[in-house]
Amino acid sequence: MPRTPQMIEKGLTLVDAINEALSQEMERDARVICLGEDVGLNGGVFRVTEGLQRRFGPDRCIDTPLSESGIMGTSIGLAMAGMRPIPEIQFEGFLGPAHDQLVNHAARFRNRTRGAITIPLTVRVPWGGGIHAPEFHSDSPEAIYTHSPGMKVVCPSTPSDAKGLLLAAIRDPDPVIFFEPKRVYRSFRERVPEEDYTIPIGKAKLLTEGTDLTVVTWGASVFQCLETLDSLPDDQSVELIDLRTINPFDADAVAASVEKTGRCVVVQEAPKTCSMASELSATIQERCFLHLLAPVQRVCGFDTIMPYAKLELEYLPDPKRIAEAIGHTLAY
Amino acid sequence: MMLIREFEVRCAQAYQQAKIGGFCHLYIGQEAAAVGTLNAVNPDDPVVLAYRDHGHALARGMDPGACMAEMYGKATGCAKGKGGSMHMFDRPHWLFGGHGIVGAQTPLGAGLAFAARYEWEVLGRSLENPGVPAGSPPRRKVCLCYLGDGALNQGALHEAMNLAGLYSLPVIYIVENNGYSMGTSIDRGTTMAHDLMAKANAYGIEGRAIDGFDILALYDEFKPLVDLCRQKQVPAFVDLKTYRYQGHSMSDPQKYRTKDEVEAWKAKDSIDRFAHHLMSERTGSDGRPVLSEQRFSEIQDDVRTRVRAAVEFAEASPVPDLSELYADVMVNPHPGMSPSGTYVTGAPNPLLR
Repeated sequence: MPRTPQMIEKGLTLVDAINEALSQEMERDARVICLGEDVGLNGGVFRVTEGLQRRFGPDRCIDTPLSESGIMGTSIGLAMAGMRPIPEIQFEGFLGPAHDQLVNHAARFRNRTRGAITIPLTVRVPWGGGIHAPEFHSDSPEAIYTHSPGMKVVCPSTPSDAKGLLLAAIRDPDPVIFFEPKRVYRSFRERVPEEDYTIPIGKAKLLTEGTDLTVVTWGASVFQCLETLDSLPDDQSVELIDLRTINPFDADAVAASVEKTGRCVVVQEAPKTCSMASELSATIQERCFLHLLAPVQRVCGFDTIMPYAKLELEYLPDPKRIAEAIGHTLAY
Repeated sequence: MMLIREFEVRCAQAYQQAKIGGFCHLYIGQEAAAVGTLNAVNPDDPVVLAYRDHGHALARGMDPGACMAEMYGKATGCAKGKGGSMHMFDRPHWLFGGHGIVGAQTPLGAGLAFAARYEWEVLGRSLENPGVPAGSPPRRKVCLCYLGDGALNQGALHEAMNLAGLYSLPVIYIVENNGYSMGTSIDRGTTMAHDLMAKANAYGIEGRAIDGFDILALYDEFKPLVDLCRQKQVPAFVDLKTYRYQGHSMSDPQKYRTKDEVEAWKAKDSIDRFAHHLMSERTGSDGRPVLSEQRFSEIQDDVRTRVRAAVEFAEASPVPDLSELYADVMVNPHPGMSPSGTYVTGAPNPLLR
């Protein structure tokens, strides 16, 4: 769809970028269809699929009933037959009913059939906190799916990364869960190339270079970390890595950075125990033990249930907690 | 049907000898269900199965050697020994598994039917698949999705039937109603067990109850339903009444039924009945039965020979290479997956060579 004057002048939001990627890929490949609850007429709960049904018709942008297991199972069947379905699950917590289909079917068919059947499926899921909603409207379940071999997990933080990663996900022959940080959906605009491009799944992005400490994060926490870095004293030189892909994650990029800096803080929204931050910490000690000058710190949500609006900002990592962890690690 | 029965008998023996591991759900008794229904569809109609799937795989045309080797967990199996009893896949024969979670295969059937309808209604060409060159003209297809009566109580089926009814997807849900979900009889676990069609009707899906022990009547009733679904591109539901002679799996004490009940079903065995029909009731133009005793005995010998060859093939086949443990998880290399640090892509699936 043509860009609006506002998009041309000020750039694209995360929502705009995802919508543009979907639209361009549906135009390019007739096997690509979007389906989900209210994705058609209403344009999706966050309006990410706005206009796609008008442009491509109800056969390619399909409103489904509230039926996550059915949506996911049907999408897997479509993918088995050679289609490129993109189901939307309205909130990450609603993956629950679809979990069986994702973990026991989508993630395993390549292995179970020894490569005879693959599942080119991209599951779009609004993810994470920051919209004042409790529990399963604000969770961060990336570790659950990373713990399911065969499933790729992507979580972009910026509009331009989102477009390139989404196009890569749709063209990937394996199932990809594409987590879209809700907090970033309309939080800022940036210049996004209008043409078709992909960003490889599994590659992290170095956002700022530094010499004393590495911060690893993804999703909306990237912006909490950038804000933290802006407020650090001049003598603290911190390197910031946006992981972008959670599974398979870019262990080489993380290890190379930590070998250089000797210190690491991992920042995530999810609860601490058994999380992606735990996995990163373990990987860093396995690969960089003799380079480490301090224990790896984790700044996370808490091992409790994501709270409702008034306590939300206490739960999510903020610049104060991130700066404290950086300070402790540097002073260790 | 005779091939399936002989195959299953040999599976039971191999299981007792600990040559087949894990679980093994035998199809003995139900043979007419798979043979009668699968012969009513085209070779490129997609098929999805539950876990009691060896019989369907053979009826669909899978090589008995590849099927038995899969049971044995050998590298020459249909999934290279990775799937086992519950995971019979044969892409060239449009067989999309073999699924171990009760009812979870039913939305997959809706998806395959959706894709089939999309091919001719929206794309105007066939999707690229083994044996189907890109750009081939599309054909109207029907997806057969099998389930047991136990799956009637799973939520996934009801979501799938709602979608199939809503979008008018050409999928036929075939309930192989053998009366028991593992050890629970259908009356103890399922409402409206006397009229399962009411469940389908609630989703706007028509269908019929069919005697699954009489192969000729089964085919005669099922074939027009397939033709109707293909022509009108609508879903259907079949309550196929059948019975399994063996336990649910190999370790089933069968406290839930009497020996008399099993014997009563065996007395109307589908293979015996069909053989009797061909040998004494149906006569050819010469006035003699269409199947002679000698020919029947030759078929028995032929089936035994073929299954013995399948067992020998499985026994002689190599176990999967250790590197296969780390293969075929994702398309791209995933470092650190194997203890040796290397990722392998694995040898090609034998059925796709």
